[in-house]
Amino acid sequence: MTLTGATPHGEVHEPNEFGYKSFSLGEFHFSRDEYFAYVRWPTGHHVMSADAFLRALQRDVAWEFFYGIVNFDGVVGTVNHYGTVDLFAGRYNDAYRRAELDHVENIETPVIKATFAAILSDWTNEGFDPFASPEETGSAFGPKNGDNDAAITRHRVTAQRMVSLPGDEPLRNDDNGHPVNRMFADVDQDEPEVYAEPGFEAEVGSFNLFAYLSRSPVTWNPSVVSVCRESLYCPTTEEYILPIIHGNDRAEWFVQLSDEITWDVEDRDTGRKRAKVVMKAGDVAAMPSDIRHQGYSPKRSMLLVWENASLKIPQLISSGQFPTQPVDF
Amino acid sequence: MAYETRLASLMNYQKGRVDVIDDDPKNYAFSNIFEVASLAKPFEQVAVAKNFEYVLEAVRAEGTSGWRAATHDQSALVLDGQVEFTFKTLADGHPLPDSGSGGVPEEAAGTLMGRVLARRGHLTLLPAGRAYRLASPAPAVVLIQTVAGPDTQFRWAEICQTA
Ligand SMILES: [Fe+2]
Repeated sequence: MTLTGATPHGEVHEPNEFGYKSFSLGEFHFSRDEYFAYVRWPTGHHVMSADAFLRALQRDVAWEFFYGIVNFDGVVGTVNHYGTVDLFAGRYNDAYRRAELDHVENIETPVIKATFAAILSDWTNEGFDPFASPEETGSAFGPKNGDNDAAITRHRVTAQRMVSLPGDEPLRNDDNGHPVNRMFADVDQDEPEVYAEPGFEAEVGSFNLFAYLSRSPVTWNPSVVSVCRESLYCPTTEEYILPIIHGNDRAEWFVQLSDEITWDVEDRDTGRKRAKVVMKAGDVAAMPSDIRHQGYSPKRSMLLVWENASLKIPQLISSGQFPTQPVDF
Repeated sequence: MAYETRLASLMNYQKGRVDVIDDDPKNYAFSNIFEVASLAKPFEQVAVAKNFEYVLEAVRAEGTSGWRAATHDQSALVLDGQVEFTFKTLADGHPLPDSGSGGVPEEAAGTLMGRVLARRGHLTLLPAGRAYRLASPAPAVVLIQTVAGPDTQFRWAEICQTA
């Protein structure tokens, strides 16, 4: 079956003996069995644990391919060109590049998004939540067993101005299905005292961001809570390992709000190790635009990811008009 | 099992660090907001992050600030202490910098719009085109999401890990 008429296009194939469909996107082919996801392309093949593959796929789909590169691991991933997406194997891996075994296909965003969403839906079993921490979800493994479409199509928070303002993204509470997470039971839930004069309720606003984050049911999922022109506050709660290795096409900044994360930083294009960045509450660090990074959070932590959403930036940086590090001193 | 969420404050913070394998730590502009605020004068706006024209400013709130305003929305996240924000309308035609916040004379701040009393973890809107003021009897720490403006202080060499 052809998912769309565009080229390269996506195709879905009959379920295998384990009950899982397989999929094609151009010359890439995706299949899974009880434990593993398999990716094939004309010059190579790759295997990933099914849970790790689905956690990465979940982010790529939910984030609309995010900023820059979403590496599922050191071999396969996507590059967002904001309208089209490169699906690649070995493109950012020194050994594959040298051996000329890497492969890239540029695909219209709606085409790759539809196929990725179809893979995610078919391969996610009932009880497995790719957004949840490993301690808070059932197993991804075994033969096909139902689905979990409610979990994989969650609403992505994107405040227009600021969470809690009239008509904007609402607060989280027990009644709307957002209990306090087990690891944030000690986070104060008191809201700020807001006194707005009549007529100014839309502009005098404040909310407890830490309480809001303590009630997030998902991990490693930055979502917009406040906006200053193109500057976006995208805080997220982190536990265990970031399921992707994020390759930057612009600098992004981290403000550690609670607890501790260790970042493993590698060269964006080759995977060569560059640094470890240990961040504790109150620490601020930039991720320059020529690296890729993956975070490790031993306890659920609050991380403020700060993005500049300007569409002009990747071009300015890749053309050399702006340095890869965000500040020069 | 009971978990302890580790937050930090002016009096009690620990810094992480960049451990270089093959790199220059300056590429990461690594600093700590509480350390920056502990070394700052009240209401100095010290940039701790910058992405093109946008900045995050660490502010030590202590006493009462002057009135300020910006042409664009900003946000203020209290990270330590308790801060009272007061909002007033801004006199028509009062000049503001193109980006970032600028000082506003008392007489240009008009009708009271409201107040917010915010503590650690609370995020407050500083709405575009309105005058605001911060007050805290004891030292408090606020992170402002804004655009670089005339009063933004850049001290990267002093605040960031360099080796
Ligand atoms: Fe990232």
